[in-house]
Amino acid sequence: MADKPAAVEDKSPTTTSAPAAPASDATADTAPATESMVTGNPLTDPNNILSKRSVYFDFDKDTVKEEFRPLIEAHAKYLAEHANAKVILQGNADERGTREYNLSLGQRRAVAVKQSLNLLSAQDKQIETVSFGEEKATANCKDEACHQTSRRVDIVYEGE
Amino acid sequence: MKKLFKLFQPLLIVLGLATSQLVNAALEIEITGGSAQQIPIAIVPFGQAGSSAQEKIADIIAADLRRSGLFRVLETAGVASRPTDLAQVKYPEWSVLQAQAITVGNVTTLPGNRLKVTFGLADVLKQSQLVTMEYNIAPNQLRLTAHKIADVIYQKLTGEGPIFASRIAYINKAKGRYSLQIADADGVNPQTVVASSEPIISPAWSPDGTKIAYVSFEKKKPIIFVQSLTTGQRLTLASFKGNNSAPSWSPDGSKLAIVLSHSANSQLYTINADGTGLKQVTKSSAIDTEPSWSPDGKWIYFTSDRGGNPQIYKVSVLGGAAQRVTFQGDHNLSPHFSPDGKFLAVVRKDGGKYSIATQDLASGQTQVLSQGGQDESPSFAPNGRVILYATRAGGRGALAAVSADGRVKQRLSESDGDIREPAWGPLLN
Repeated sequence: MADKPAAVEDKSPTTTSAPAAPASDATADTAPATESMVTGNPLTDPNNILSKRSVYFDFDKDTVKEEFRPLIEAHAKYLAEHANAKVILQGNADERGTREYNLSLGQRRAVAVKQSLNLLSAQDKQIETVSFGEEKATANCKDEACHQTSRRVDIVYEGE
Repeated sequence: MKKLFKLFQPLLIVLGLATSQLVNAALEIEITGGSAQQIPIAIVPFGQAGSSAQEKIADIIAADLRRSGLFRVLETAGVASRPTDLAQVKYPEWSVLQAQAITVGNVTTLPGNRLKVTFGLADVLKQSQLVTMEYNIAPNQLRLTAHKIADVIYQKLTGEGPIFASRIAYINKAKGRYSLQIADADGVNPQTVVASSEPIISPAWSPDGTKIAYVSFEKKKPIIFVQSLTTGQRLTLASFKGNNSAPSWSPDGSKLAIVLSHSANSQLYTINADGTGLKQVTKSSAIDTEPSWSPDGKWIYFTSDRGGNPQIYKVSVLGGAAQRVTFQGDHNLSPHFSPDGKFLAVVRKDGGKYSIATQDLASGQTQVLSQGGQDESPSFAPNGRVILYATRAGGRGALAAVSADGRVKQRLSESDGDIREPAWGPLLN
């Protein structure tokens, strides 16, 4: 119950790519350096896709869905352009199934996101993968929409 | 048949780190079902007038035997005599109650702050003595002695091995903190081994019951620790890059099977109990996790999704090719061996429900034992007759137990906590 507001806010597999479409996408492509100087930290600017940090997954799956492509491309580009930047990919699973299996499942999801970032030229040394399994999952979910919010990888930059 | 007992006891000893905290627990045990043929037994209150003992031994014995579902403990209030020795038993008084067996006993204080506990068990129909025992104990061993007496009665009358003089470990989440606790098998006397604001999972008893391995997220990632229950000292067993999890002891206690991810998927390894001698056991592109070391020491059974869905496989402790073990149910996870190595308890998913099931390893026959929902973390009692597991009730974690034949069910819940990840420990000496 306490997790309700967060769940609504996080439940954005469809909305993640939408707000990023017009302004921020174009400006980020043309002038990343000046843009970040004007608006402050691009990683936390709510108008920048880099502020979107969660990749969501299907039940018992680690396939990175197409709708998260723009988000992953943006972070890969940022990492490629900022060689000193480092991220921790925190894998998570919903509360169904055993805790240890879910720990491994969260890890595999984190690895799947890492591989996507690697393919887009982010370096191995910039990325660490860990898993919280189901330990941070929303408890007592009544429906699939609720479980969905827990099946995700969070991208956390070093120092955040 | 449905009974409710409320057992509560303040914490006596705190083991472990500075993070340990006091707990006032009230574990409730609810029993449903029972054997079709319960043994009617009269448990006469022990003579305790000559001792400083506060707790009623007969009540502890009666609660143990009731919980097994194999006994019907008779009301003795209407019987005039209160024998404390088998020589004093007038058998006709007890055959009227239709008692098949009778237990009597006495507690006296010995010099040097010791207690002497004597007890006798007799067959009422044959009017013959079955066993007598005498214990010289420290006063704080009274409860343990009561459990040992219950074990003697249980063994004599059912032919099964002892079960009551043992402990359980579990994780209690309360007020945003996670505590690894151990309690007597009847849920009494919970003690905190370690506590943290971050999750703790997967407690595993060493075969001799002196240590517990567990996974703590206190450093924001899963790391395996081994903690002594006698000194509270703890060792970081595995803290490699990535995840360190799922400890399972070898039967001789010299090694553990563990799971490491490094930068990729979870794989099985073995490591010496002092943290040296790491060896990789599986090399797959799938998830390999939840190892369980076979009682003969030769195999590691584990969960893998190499076939598309999580199922149980086995691999030699030396590595090599794995063989699939489970074939029924959509998913099978979390294998745990019976002490004799003949059965495997697993978490089985059918449809959307996770339940506890067993598989006879010789015949391959399976049996679903729990109603299902979010049941997980099964472990066998020291005699293999009962399986303890985690379930959910009222939106919170609770513990449950089911007899290996599925007939007797128990539920243990904490009044203000959320309990999970139980593990039944070995018998106490």
